[in-house]
Amino acid sequence: MKTNLLPSIILTTVLLVLLCGAYPLLMWGIAKVSPNSGEGFTVETTNGKNYVNIGQTFNSDKYFWSRPSAVEYNAAGSGASNKATTNAEYLAEVEKRIEDFMIKNPEVKKEDIPVDLITASGSGLDPNISVQAAKIQIARIAKSRGIEVSRLEQLVAEQTQQPLLGILGPQKINVLELNIALDALK
Amino acid sequence: MNTEIIGIIVTFILAIGISIPLGKYIAKVYAGQSTFLDKVMNPLEKLFYKSSKINPEEGMDWKQHLVALLTINAVWFVMGFVLLLTQGALPFNPDNNPSMSPDLAFNTIISFLVNCNLQHYAGETGVTYLTQIWLMFLQFVSAATGMAAAITVFEAFKNKTTTLLGNFYVYFVKSITRILLPISIIVAAILIFQGTPMTFEGKDSITTIEGQQIEVSRGPAAAFIAIKHLGTNGGGFFGTNSAHPFENPTYLTNMTEMIAQLIIPLAMVFAFGYYINRKRFSWMMFGVMTLGFLCLAVPNVMMEANGNPNIAAMGVDNSIGAMEGKEVRIGAAASGFWSIVTTVISTGSVNSMHDSSMPLSGMNQLLAMMINCFYGGVGVGILNFFVFIVLAVFISGLMVGRTPELFGKKIEAKEMKIAMVIALIHPFLILSSTALGTAFPDMTRDTLNNPSFHGFSEILYEYTSSAANNGSGFEGLGDNTPWWNFSTGIILLMGRFLPIIGPVALAGFLAQKRYVPESAGTLATDTTTFGTIVLTVILIVAALAFFPVLTLGPIADFFTTTSL
Repeated sequence: MKTNLLPSIILTTVLLVLLCGAYPLLMWGIAKVSPNSGEGFTVETTNGKNYVNIGQTFNSDKYFWSRPSAVEYNAAGSGASNKATTNAEYLAEVEKRIEDFMIKNPEVKKEDIPVDLITASGSGLDPNISVQAAKIQIARIAKSRGIEVSRLEQLVAEQTQQPLLGILGPQKINVLELNIALDALK
Repeated sequence: MNTEIIGIIVTFILAIGISIPLGKYIAKVYAGQSTFLDKVMNPLEKLFYKSSKINPEEGMDWKQHLVALLTINAVWFVMGFVLLLTQGALPFNPDNNPSMSPDLAFNTIISFLVNCNLQHYAGETGVTYLTQIWLMFLQFVSAATGMAAAITVFEAFKNKTTTLLGNFYVYFVKSITRILLPISIIVAAILIFQGTPMTFEGKDSITTIEGQQIEVSRGPAAAFIAIKHLGTNGGGFFGTNSAHPFENPTYLTNMTEMIAQLIIPLAMVFAFGYYINRKRFSWMMFGVMTLGFLCLAVPNVMMEANGNPNIAAMGVDNSIGAMEGKEVRIGAAASGFWSIVTTVISTGSVNSMHDSSMPLSGMNQLLAMMINCFYGGVGVGILNFFVFIVLAVFISGLMVGRTPELFGKKIEAKEMKIAMVIALIHPFLILSSTALGTAFPDMTRDTLNNPSFHGFSEILYEYTSSAANNGSGFEGLGDNTPWWNFSTGIILLMGRFLPIIGPVALAGFLAQKRYVPESAGTLATDTTTFGTIVLTVILIVAALAFFPVLTLGPIADFFTTTSL
């Protein structure tokens, strides 16, 4: 034990310099030459800088809505509901979300509501929704903004992000970018 | 075939494709042969040894190995405990986060020391940038500790008869300088260019489109996330780990992080074969592990992609799968696959919330940790598997009436006792702690997030994850209480160091034995037959011990679903 104590302490110290000094500094340096200096990708909006990868709450009828969130999209933290698939209380909550959605979107048939719109994400900050989730909101937005449905359908198609290399992973839409593009339509 | 499934298959094939040459490289590194990093790293390592007064040429027997390993771990424990208790007053704390309570600091330092990263705090509020960087240090060194321990087993079978198994410090330092650090730099760079933050600025205040004022947590995350996966640590920089859109911003980062956690455990299997020059034996191990892995992973992908039948019954479009606790950019299939990758490998990072997985997916996640050697954590996975190989050799030796031998070394009573104790300690730790947690409902009941059978599963999962040094959780559990912090802390220590001490001692005893040349009468250990026996032993010892408790938790939960 004794013969190992001093070498252990010194080795720890020199490794601290390498792993807690040199390594993070190197990565920080690389980040400086990356898009937006490693501070997270941002986009300019009418209210200033926003983060592309951090989802937001949209309540107004004239915007596409995000998924439910266990932390109300407060990115100071992050969190999920962690409800079990069999939890009766949780299932009642999902039922209620469906009802609320149907009331505000009377044009939509229940069997067209995709499951991502009525379930909370893992991070509580999911910036994306499925393509179907955007499509079923078109009728409501067209009515509240007085824009033609076909125009919005085209917008959703333009904003749809294809799988990586066309073959890997799901299709998706970034809600923030979609709504910024929506505001830009005139 | 749909793109979500193709994504998983490509990820897995890439991981195997990288791990074969990496295994060859790892074997060369530990054997002291020349590799391409020599020019940079040789002088650096010399400097390390010289300043620390370590003689890299000095061989150590198995006891000296363990003493060195435990001493340096004790140093980290003391340093880390002090840092976490005082972090609030130390620099690099732009968000003014407080110091930890003693019980939380105790749990946190142990859980990072033992490569588990259970995390009873949330990264945004529970630690400072200084302690995040310190925890990242532990992610490097705890992984390197596991690798160094595994190499003693490699060394025991390389030499015919010896007491010396190489130098602990050399294996340890080389694991960092030659393997963990270089690959971390590559992984972190990919993450940075995909949008993961790497900044020392604190929280940012923004106004959303609808005029809401919110704060956005940031930090030096990319460097942390790279080693968290590569070293199979799994502790998240942010509270929700790799489900957080900063930790895992795109499908490409999801693939990268999945590959990063797979490659070293896989490569160690191949490295063993190269190191002792028995490549067929590596393929036998790889075959058994992969078969076991797929038996758990494929059902999970299917169950998560098929979705929650309770929600389907409400009449909505359930086609994209069980999305509660999952992210749209990753998808249900890749989340289901990740949930098994991270539990077989003892990473414990999550890209979806396991608490909201389908009941039998949850059971497979538990089984993956209960077996704990299909690939397994860096270094320790192969040590766990080694114990099962020793058992299988002994059992098959008895069946055919021959003296059990492994690579020309006789396996006798002493070795068998160690192997049996190590094989049984894992079920013992899990079952006894879960029983205790359930026996004192005042301590645990109010911390549960779900009622009924699933609530019991939350207790079972927490202790299984601790004993397997995994670090994932059914995260609904309110685990930052003195009960959870102390009880899991103790299980973590036992679940880490006993399965290292046992196999290293075993390797030491076997290495000293006289080498018996292999003959026609020797049991062949690199065949399908032997692989089948190993798998059977694993199923009997590890899995069957747990079926009663699984019946009370996830299986009962499953039958609740179908009755609705």
